[in-house]
Amino acid sequence: MNALEVLAKINPVAASGAVLVLVGLWGVMAKPNLFKIAVAFSVMETGVNLVILSVGYIRGRTAPILDSAADAASASARMTDPVPQALVLTAIVIGLAVTALMLSYAVRLKAGGGGSSIESYGEEKW
Amino acid sequence: MATDIAILAAGILMIAAGVGAVLAKSLLVSIILSGGVSLVASAVFLLMGAPDVAMAEAAIGSGLTMVVFLYALARSKQADAEDSDERVESPASETGGAV
Amino acid sequence: MMRKVLVTLAILGFALALLPLAYRAGVQDRPGALAAGYLDDAPRELGAANVVTAIVVSYRGFDTLGEVAVLFAATAGVGAMLTKKRLGPDAASGRGTPATEVLRTATGLLTGLLVMFGVYIFTHGHLTPGGGFQGGVVIATAILLNLMSRPESRLSHGLMTGIESLSGAAYVALGLLGAIFALGFLDPRILPIGRVGSLLSAGSVPLIYSVIGLKVGAELSGILEALKGDRE
Repeated sequence: MNALEVLAKINPVAASGAVLVLVGLWGVMAKPNLFKIAVAFSVMETGVNLVILSVGYIRGRTAPILDSAADAASASARMTDPVPQALVLTAIVIGLAVTALMLSYAVRLKAGGGGSSIESYGEEKW
Repeated sequence: MATDIAILAAGILMIAAGVGAVLAKSLLVSIILSGGVSLVASAVFLLMGAPDVAMAEAAIGSGLTMVVFLYALARSKQADAEDSDERVESPASETGGAV
Repeated sequence: MMRKVLVTLAILGFALALLPLAYRAGVQDRPGALAAGYLDDAPRELGAANVVTAIVVSYRGFDTLGEVAVLFAATAGVGAMLTKKRLGPDAASGRGTPATEVLRTATGLLTGLLVMFGVYIFTHGHLTPGGGFQGGVVIATAILLNLMSRPESRLSHGLMTGIESLSGAAYVALGLLGAIFALGFLDPRILPIGRVGSLLSAGSVPLIYSVIGLKVGAELSGILEALKGDRE
């Protein structure tokens, strides 16, 4: 019973975002393939975005856009927090640019004849 | 309540797809699964009242990121095919499956 | 073995750090003072129906300027990394298979519609969900379709660079106009606020977001083209 109450208190979005961060971290640290590391980074990025957005999530409120459901007078009583949304919006776009840069480094390293495993570049990863 | 259940189901789906993306032996499968994580995440963003973020995540996270990954993969395969006769690599380092 | 132990320890440490967040996030029942201020003031002060747009373009517009600069730097990095000279003379010579009839026909039909949809998204950014970033991505998708359907084609670099630098300069110029004629850098009240909910409202917010949309579209197209290869 007690464990169930603890479980009910956990925010499902933040929990799944945190688990995705951990999964991505595991992939970054444990996998040797450069492309797999980039995939793990993008999974981690999605997890971080979910965690940030869940901090401003207020149950049962509408999106921060004025329409018939929420007019200007009752805006702060009916809408969710817009600040994390603005932050995550910019983070997603930067994430694509950083992923593309990461992948072009990987392509470049591989074209230089090094293979796609991170362990073939000089020292061991650990 | 219905929203909570949908978010919970989406969370389990995302975690499963994320673990699959890290574990998959084939890079193509892992790229597609990471795109799936982003797609489910954009549905979650929509349920949480963030349509702006949901649009960006659906278009960028699961659309363009996958295209970028696939182009990069194609180019590295191309580089492989061109000098595969000169260079012999161990298959374990290619698949990335070995931990 | 050592490595597995270290990885497990690192993941456990991160899990411990994230646990309070998973436990406490989303328990508030009203927005904080800053968020409530934005929600109440954005429609009144700036005339923007979409509060997220008001924050991204105006209240935190300087942030967005920096973000667009980061995007430009990443595009330049990708382009510099993947030139033919660096990858060796043979690396980008393999032509892809020609596109199918379906793809070529659909590209012809969809390009105009996609560009129009992207422009719609970023000109209505202050009224509906969406804005410069989403609209720019839709425009980049139209260019991606063209790159895929004609593998031998190449973007006109002069046009792309022109669009990108002109929209970047227009962004800074609109910000400076705000500093001169209104209260601060990127203040949108250099134009009349108008009625909340109409297309010509929110001062210069739609103009700034359109400029951001063009810039993001040009930059993402540049990334896609550089990654596609066959570049001189």
